[in-house]
Amino acid sequence: MTQRRAAWTAVPLALFTIGALALSGCSGSNAAAPGDDADSILLERPAGSTNDKKVYDDVLAACEETTGVTIETQDVPYDGYLAKVLQQVSSKTMPDVLMLDNGDLPQIASSGALAPLSDFDINVDGYADGVIEASSYDGDLYAVQPVANTIALFVNTDMLAAAGVDVPTTWDELKTAAAALSGDGKYGMAFSATATEEGTFQFLPFFWSNGGDETDIATEAGAEALQLWVDLVDSGSASESVLTWTQADVNDQFVAGNTAMMVNGPWQFPSLDEAGVPYEVVSIPAPQDGDEIISPLGGEVWTIPQTGNEAKMTAAASVVECLGSDESQMALASGRDLVPTNTELVDQFIAENPKMAGFAEQVPGLRARTAQLGADYTAASEGIYTAIQTALTGGADPLTALQQSAPNK
Amino acid sequence: MTLRAERWLQLAFVVPAALYLVFFFGYPIVQNGVMSFQEFTTRTFFTGEAPWVGWYNYVEVISSPGFGRVMLNTAIFTVVSIVAQFVIGLALAVFFRRRFPLSGVVRSLLLLPWLIPLIVSSAIWRWMLDKDSGVINQVLSGLTGSDVSIGWLTDVNIALPAVILVNVWLGIPFNMTILYSGLQDIPEELYEAAALDGATGWRAFWAITWPMLRPVTGVVVLLGVVYTLKALDIILGLTGGGPAGSTETLATEAYRLSFGQFDFGAGAAVGNILIVISLIFAVLYLRANRKAVDE
Repeated sequence: MTQRRAAWTAVPLALFTIGALALSGCSGSNAAAPGDDADSILLERPAGSTNDKKVYDDVLAACEETTGVTIETQDVPYDGYLAKVLQQVSSKTMPDVLMLDNGDLPQIASSGALAPLSDFDINVDGYADGVIEASSYDGDLYAVQPVANTIALFVNTDMLAAAGVDVPTTWDELKTAAAALSGDGKYGMAFSATATEEGTFQFLPFFWSNGGDETDIATEAGAEALQLWVDLVDSGSASESVLTWTQADVNDQFVAGNTAMMVNGPWQFPSLDEAGVPYEVVSIPAPQDGDEIISPLGGEVWTIPQTGNEAKMTAAASVVECLGSDESQMALASGRDLVPTNTELVDQFIAENPKMAGFAEQVPGLRARTAQLGADYTAASEGIYTAIQTALTGGADPLTALQQSAPNK
Repeated sequence: MTLRAERWLQLAFVVPAALYLVFFFGYPIVQNGVMSFQEFTTRTFFTGEAPWVGWYNYVEVISSPGFGRVMLNTAIFTVVSIVAQFVIGLALAVFFRRRFPLSGVVRSLLLLPWLIPLIVSSAIWRWMLDKDSGVINQVLSGLTGSDVSIGWLTDVNIALPAVILVNVWLGIPFNMTILYSGLQDIPEELYEAAALDGATGWRAFWAITWPMLRPVTGVVVLLGVVYTLKALDIILGLTGGGPAGSTETLATEAYRLSFGQFDFGAGAAVGNILIVISLIFAVLYLRANRKAVDE
């Protein structure tokens, strides 16, 4: 091939390559668009466990019958779910029904991407107050939360019986019980104190029950709660490694018998049952006898993004309402070891699922993390877990640690 | 006519790569630079509005109380990691020059740390370094006979060295492989000639190996610095930046600001500081390379 002919074939080849690259870059999002009628909608959720998927698929099938709307599901990996949602928000390719973690709702709602439920006729009677607050932003209700989870105290009944220790119900009893159960490489108490939202989540029951307030974290009440954790670690009742343990790691320690008590949630039931650990779930100990336990509200909410398609949004609203109905709540709660958020269902639920009693009793007292601060909650959460880390590593006393890391906005 | 055709041919080869660089490197960098001067939050994703705030993000990030420590952590982490990785990698490369039975197998095995996904490595190391039930403390207890309970990832003074240790373990295969191939390029005759003059062992190393490795060393150190400066998943996996911020570096800070606080403007500002530091190193490397070529 001569130089000239080489050039004339190379240029078109180059242009073709550039064109192909450019076109492949423009392929856009991969959300499959179902037919343009309002009889089918796209529902997006994080990919959960196999059991979760099965329970939800059954409930969704029931909702398809009740509402007459076909539901197409799209599962997104849990890691980076929020990043994917933000991506969809900015490229205006949101699904018709979107599941979010209740802690993320204010952030997404504040961006204007969600439709307030008052635009549609959705019945939300009977929901616990904390649940309504968690699903609201700036006075408007944006989501329906059918089931909730929270954390409680798990105790190893065998270990407690062997040490002759009763189940603790107050902070002082917790300290003595944990001390009695520690020794020989075992610890009495375990919790997660990582530098993430998990650490804050685990700390909130102690913080709130003592009167702590997330809008002003550097108070005596907050410091006392942090002092409890510092005392547990300093006295050797809890391992220093709580600074690095996630809730999953804490569960591993409990299953291995390295700790007699732990703070964790009902999602650990399957692994505990499989390992055959003799456990009992009780309320988190209160500061003083008779104080109310205020624990944080966890769980997913169902929202209706602003897609601009009126017909689809109305169809989506009927699906969302169905997800929050009594039948759905009971099915989801029983199948996934969670609690229904409708206070009228609590008694029936405890009757059918006695082992969830410890959690179900806390439903009326559940508090939303974002109720007061909305989208600014993340700053307060960071302040709390930073203070926990500083205090537990001996960097400062609890009150000073809280003052140093309090958000200054 | 042939000259013009040749020009077209040259352009045709360069244009696809140049376009790729512009779209996938140039555009994000420019966008990042612009974002650091704006107030970019989750609201921006929906409305597209991001008010201009000038140097506010930079001022806020640099004047925040933890920033000095973050810079110090980044510097210590990078320098110590690079030096340790390089020295150990070079020692291993020189060691493997001589063939012994199974040397090929052992050399391949030493590649494993590099091949395991980072997030898997950091998860396993986190368990191994656990204070109470971790394997490292158990082995040390067995070896010394006493109860060794070092808080590798929980003690504020030991966490950074522990993270550096894991990073060095990860970086040795890369250094060893590239330096080994660099060593292969040095002709045997040089060593033979030197041996005739009486220069063997250390003398041969300093006189022949080290100078001949100069270009390879430059590449390895530059790549190592750039990779280490932006190392994120290793630190997040091991300590998450804790305990109490003792392993927080510029990369983890940028991640936390953008995806924890959703303050993308501030995260972009920290990211830009990181880019500037990398750029300084790249310029130094090019300068040093040019001087070496001129010599």
